[in-house]
Amino acid sequence: MSLHTLTRPGAPRAAFGKIVLNEARLAWRQPAGIVAGIGISLLLLIIFGEIHVFRQHDARLGELSAFQVYIPILISFSIGILALAYLPGPLVSYREQGILRRLSTTPVPASWVLAAQLVVQACLMMIATGILIAVSVAFFGESAPGNPAGFVLALMLSIAALFAVGLAIAAAARTPGAARGLMAAAFYPLMFFSGIYFPMQLLPGVFQGISHLTPLGAAVQAVQDSMLGEFPPAAPLLVLVAYALVFGYLAKRFFRWE
Amino acid sequence: MRTYMAGEASMLRPKGAGETISKAVSRGAGAHLGRTAGRPAVQITHLRKTYGPVTAVDDVSLSVAEGEIFGILGPNGAGKTTTVECAIGLRVPDAGTVSLFGLDPQSDRREIHEIVGVQLQSSAFPAKLRVGEILDMYRSFYRQPADVTELAEALGLAGKRRDYYRSLSGGQRQRLSVALALIGRPKIAVLDEMTAGLDPQGRRDAWNLIERVRERGVTIVLVTHFMEEAERLCDRVALIDGGRIVALDTPASLAARARGGKSIRFLPSAPFDDRLLTGLAEVTRVEREGRHVVVTGTGELASAVILTLHAAGLEARDVRLDASTLEDAFVRLTGTHLNEEEEQS
Ligand SMILES: Nc1ncnc2c1ncn2[C@@H]1O[C@H](COP(=O)(O)OP(=O)(O)O)[C@@H](O)[C@H]1O
Ligand SMILES: [Mg+2]
Repeated sequence: MSLHTLTRPGAPRAAFGKIVLNEARLAWRQPAGIVAGIGISLLLLIIFGEIHVFRQHDARLGELSAFQVYIPILISFSIGILALAYLPGPLVSYREQGILRRLSTTPVPASWVLAAQLVVQACLMMIATGILIAVSVAFFGESAPGNPAGFVLALMLSIAALFAVGLAIAAAARTPGAARGLMAAAFYPLMFFSGIYFPMQLLPGVFQGISHLTPLGAAVQAVQDSMLGEFPPAAPLLVLVAYALVFGYLAKRFFRWE
Repeated sequence: MRTYMAGEASMLRPKGAGETISKAVSRGAGAHLGRTAGRPAVQITHLRKTYGPVTAVDDVSLSVAEGEIFGILGPNGAGKTTTVECAIGLRVPDAGTVSLFGLDPQSDRREIHEIVGVQLQSSAFPAKLRVGEILDMYRSFYRQPADVTELAEALGLAGKRRDYYRSLSGGQRQRLSVALALIGRPKIAVLDEMTAGLDPQGRRDAWNLIERVRERGVTIVLVTHFMEEAERLCDRVALIDGGRIVALDTPASLAARARGGKSIRFLPSAPFDDRLLTGLAEVTRVEREGRHVVVTGTGELASAVILTLHAAGLEARDVRLDASTLEDAFVRLTGTHLNEEEEQS
């Protein structure tokens, strides 16, 4: 390492920790994201767990119970709503209010705020997943994910894919209102194909085909398989990787800092 | 196009005190001193910036010496913000060059961000962060930051550190913004309408702080449309109108130019005959305003008048030099009043 790189200016690393801390405080003080991302899926999990027929194994669901089918769907719901609704919003309003612009005059790149947002949102997603699994194991007698390595991989790729889509929304939207509109336009169809309204197994095959090509559908498929003890097949993992790369590229290409 | 060089420091600048605060925001041995020594703090040549059909800045050249307080004065829409935001690399000029201590704001971004502290005309912070949290975060961005407690105190924010940003008044937000510009102990501070929205007391506090900061050698570029602020703080002032520099000089010389000479106004300790002063080469006119005497002239007018009075056993009290005539200069040079827009908005 040359002397020049040693003395090279740049922000102290501790700055990133401070930014993450403040983003976490903001997430806590404006808790809509926490309520939606953790609270709603937990509430649905408990309600479904209390419905008797949801606990019965069903041949149409591949001998799983509806409750078991819904666990990965609710995990995907948490990831989807945080990435699509609660990630772009703050970024777009930071841009609109000139917060990113002001940051770009300091030694800290404005992209650190974006990275801090991702850290905070990823933590919320993992907390939500942990709570959903823990509650289903502790109160409803389900077993923990059968293939932990596959589960973690499926989770990470799902988070990456949904982050990429959320960031692409933040890049495309000029105003927080536009971000909300784009979010809604993306969120409801994607949720449908995740199977939250009707598990895909109950719909005609064409819906399953489409579902497997959507980010939340692929996420559900990969998480479901890893919970049942298998390493997820390549198809959903590749779909998730493709979303992460394509939308990640679009977000990077079109994101405006001011 | 002339490039204006640093003039002599204004003798009207009051001496500030406040050791502690200046320590809080002054910079230690600058890491970039080796690269930056001996160059002008700011050098802008032939800067031009257009937005579609609007030419916001048109062939602006200026040079700010290290340690100087340089004012950019002009009405709304004159191109002040565009000029300074090009200078700090936030906007890309269409033509011309900018250099800060020899560094290019576009290609040497990282170095520039360490040595320049900015207060943007429009900036906001997250509504639900506390003042202390924002200060703390910005402090962590710099290697040799200022002391947050002292800075908050100097700007009257000490009691506000636990308050949410959204609960601050406009003036308090403005002061926070100034604090954040100084928190990295910059070598250059660029302040865009620093005292807009402040009450008179807040304005005076901010001025005091700026004077203390400059005593430590910090170069300050001050955008303002307050005449009083420019006269009080600036060593030199560029008057900008319609994207062009219409005049660049010390506030006193600009004022003198406006009335075709300098003037000194004072209260004599005893009555005297006007001919005592009209005989001097420097004096062109002697007028009475009540008990005060106003002498207009050229050259070393003030010292000539005071020495002559002294020799005659008289004393000049309540002396004012060229007071509040930068406004005249502005009107004369641009044909507009500075604060017209402000009254409407
Ligand atoms: N981002 C922008 N897009 C289009 N026009 C702009 C922009 N910024 C400034 N202008 C125009 O450029 C001119 C100079 O503006 P500005 O530099 O903000 O002046 P000042 O700071 O002196 O009030 C004005 O006519 C303004 O409307
Ligand atoms: Mg402006």
